[in-house]
Amino acid sequence: MEFFERFAIPHPDPMIYASMVAIVLVSIAIVAGLTYFKKWGYLWDEWLTTTDHKRIGIMYLISALIMLFRGGADAVMMRVQLSSPEMEFLNAQHYNEVFTTHGVVMIFFMAMPFVIGLMNYIVPLQIGARDVAFPRLNALSFWLFFAGAMLFNISFVIGGSPDAGWTNYFPLASNEFSQSVGVNYYMWALQISGIGTLMTGINFIVTIFRMRAPGMKLMKMPLFTWSALITNVIIVFAFPVLTVALLMGTFDRQFGTSFFATGNGGMDMYWANLFWVWGHPEVYILILPAFGIYSEIISTFSERNLYGYKSMVASMVLISLLSFFVWVHHFFTMGQGALTNSIFSITTMAIAIPTGIKIFNWLLTMWKGKIRFTVPMLYSVAFIPLFTVGGVTGVMLAMASADYQYHNTMFLVAHFHNTIIPGVVYAMLAGLTYWWPKMFGFILNERIGKWAFWFNVVGFVLAFFPMYITGLDGQARRMYTYSESTGFGPLNMLSFAGAGLMAIAFILIAYNIFYSIKNSPRNVGDDPWNARSLEWATHNPVPEYNFAITPEVNSSQALWDHKKKSHTLFKGKIDKIHMPNNSGIPIIMAGILFVFGFSFVFSIWPAVIIAAIAFFSCMLYSSFENDHGRYISAEEVKETEEKFGGAKK
Amino acid sequence: MKELFPLKQVNGFVFSLLLTVVALSVYFMDMSFSLGMTILLVTAFIQAIVQFVLFMHAGETDDKRTIYTTLYYSALIALVTIFGSLLAMVWDM
Repeated sequence: MEFFERFAIPHPDPMIYASMVAIVLVSIAIVAGLTYFKKWGYLWDEWLTTTDHKRIGIMYLISALIMLFRGGADAVMMRVQLSSPEMEFLNAQHYNEVFTTHGVVMIFFMAMPFVIGLMNYIVPLQIGARDVAFPRLNALSFWLFFAGAMLFNISFVIGGSPDAGWTNYFPLASNEFSQSVGVNYYMWALQISGIGTLMTGINFIVTIFRMRAPGMKLMKMPLFTWSALITNVIIVFAFPVLTVALLMGTFDRQFGTSFFATGNGGMDMYWANLFWVWGHPEVYILILPAFGIYSEIISTFSERNLYGYKSMVASMVLISLLSFFVWVHHFFTMGQGALTNSIFSITTMAIAIPTGIKIFNWLLTMWKGKIRFTVPMLYSVAFIPLFTVGGVTGVMLAMASADYQYHNTMFLVAHFHNTIIPGVVYAMLAGLTYWWPKMFGFILNERIGKWAFWFNVVGFVLAFFPMYITGLDGQARRMYTYSESTGFGPLNMLSFAGAGLMAIAFILIAYNIFYSIKNSPRNVGDDPWNARSLEWATHNPVPEYNFAITPEVNSSQALWDHKKKSHTLFKGKIDKIHMPNNSGIPIIMAGILFVFGFSFVFSIWPAVIIAAIAFFSCMLYSSFENDHGRYISAEEVKETEEKFGGAKK
Repeated sequence: MKELFPLKQVNGFVFSLLLTVVALSVYFMDMSFSLGMTILLVTAFIQAIVQFVLFMHAGETDDKRTIYTTLYYSALIALVTIFGSLLAMVWDM
C-alpha cells in the first residue's frame, strides 16, 4: 500500500471528500448514460476524432463554459471566506489552494479556450476557407489543452492542489516551501496545454496568411480575423518562454537543479522574470481577440462600418509589439533600480495610447448609428466605460513609485479583474451570444439574456469597485482573513453580495441555453443580426465544407457589399470539395500525454518512460500514415445545398 | 553544368564548418572567459544567418519580405527580452 500513499491529499477537508464522491458519481453517470443510449460510436466518430474546425471550436467552448463554472465556484468560495472578519469557512491552506486554482483555471482553461474556440469557429468562415491549414494539428491542439485541463482539475482530489498562486513564484514554489505534488501538477498541466496553444498559434497564422478568399487582401480582412492573426503571432513569440520556464521549474523540483534556487548560483527572481516575459503578452493574447469581437458587434448593431479601420489595425499591431516591452511592471518592487523601473513605466503607459485610439474608434462607430440594443451590443456598450476605468487604474499602477503603494493589494486585484471581466469575459459572452445562431441555428432568448447582463454588470461593479478602496486602505491580496479592527468588513461584505449577483448571472446564462434549446424559434434565417462579414454569407447551420463555392470579396464587409451594393459573392459552379479525414491519433496522443504528465507529477518513472515511447510511436505512425483526405462529390454538395435551402449567390 | 553546381551552398557548407572550428577552438585554446564568450556569440549569430540564407533558402521565394520581416521581428523580441532581463536582474540590481 505504500505506493498508493503518495496519492493521498495532504490537507484533507470534508468539502474535498464530497467533491471526490461527486466526481466519481458524475463519471459513472456519464459512462452509464453513453452506454445506455448507445452514444459511444456517435461520440467517437462525430466529435472525439473530428478534424472539423467548427466542431473543435464547439468543444473548446463547452470546455471553457465548464471551466468558467469551476473557476466561478472558487471565486464565490473566496468571497464567502472574506465576507466578514475572522471567517472560518476556509482555512489558510485551503484558501491558498482555492485562489491558485481560480487564477490558473480562469486564465488557462477558461479564457484561453474561449478565445481559441471562437477563433476556431469563426476565423475560417470569415476568410472564406474550408478549414484551418492543418486540421489534424488543430484537433491535437484541442486535445492537448483538454488533457492539461483535466490533469490540473484532478489535482485537488489526487495528491493535492498547487498552492503557490497562479504566478507560482519561487522560492515559494520550490520543494522546500511547497512539499506536496501540487506545483508539479501546475508545471505539467500548463506545459501540456501550453504546447497545444503554441501549435494553435502556428496553425492560425498559416491559415490566415495562406487561405484567404480571393480578393481578401490583408487590409480587407474583418477585424476579428485581424485580431486573431495578431494574437497568434503573440502566442508564437510568448509561449516558448513559458515552455522553457516550466521545464526549468520542473527540473528544479524533480531533478534537483538550482535555476530558481536562492543559492547555488540560482536566482529565485528569475522565475518571476520569465513568467512575466510570457505573462504580459498573454494579457494581450486574451484582450486582442476581445477587441476584435467588440469591433464586429459594435459595427453590426450600429449599422455602420467600423470607424477608423486602419487605425484599429495599426493600434493592434502596436499593442502586440509593446506587449513584449513592459513585463517588468509586474514586479516594480522587487529591488531593481530607478532606471529600469522608469523605462518599463514609460513603455507601460505608452500602451494606453493605442488602446485609447480603439476606444474612440468604437465610440465614433456608434456615433449617429442606428443602435440596436441586443444582448451582445449591451455587453459591448457596458465594456467601454468599465474597461476605461480598468485602463485608467492600469496607468496608475504603471507609475513605478506609486506602485509601491498599490503592489500586492486588493487595488491590483480590482484593476486586473476590471480589465479582464469587462474586457475578456463580456467579450466572450457577447461573442458567444452573437455567433450562437451561426453555430446552432437559433438565437438565445433575449429577455433572459438581458436579465443576465444586468445581474452581471451590477454584480461586477459591486464586487470589484469596493476592492479599490480596501486595497488603498491596505488590504493585502491573498490574505485569507483579517481582523475586525481593520474596518475592511463592510466593503468585503458588499463584494460578496456582488459576487452573488454575478453567480446568479452565470446561472441565468446556463438556464438561457437550456431554455432556448427548448423554446427558441428555429427559422431565424442565415443572417439574423443583419451582419456585415463573410461568416454570415453561408447557410445556417454551416455545412461541413463551409462554402459550396469559394467566395470572392473586395472589402472587409463582403456580406454588406452583397446586400447593399449587389456584389456577387459566389461566382463559378459547384465542384467536388477536398476535405480532411477524421483521425483518432490526436485524442490518443493527448491521452498518452495525460498519463505521461500524471506519472511525471508523482515521479513514477517506468510509466513516464512507457508513455514517452508510446507518444513517439504515435508520431512515427503519423509520419508514415498515408492520408490524402477525401472528396465530397459535386452531386453531394448540390444535394446538401438544396437541403439547406438552395445555393447561395 | 556550371549552373547546376550549387557553388553557393558548397561555399556556405565550407564556411559553416569553418565557423564550427573557430567556435570549437574556444574549448581547446586557453583564453579568458569574456573572449571565449564573445567568439561563441559572434560565430553563433553568423552561423544562424548562414543556415537561414543558404540552407533554409530564406531569400529565394516570393515570401522573401515576410520571412525577413519575421526574422527581424524575432531578433528584436529576443534582444529586448535578453537585455531587459539583464537590466532588471543583473545590471540595475
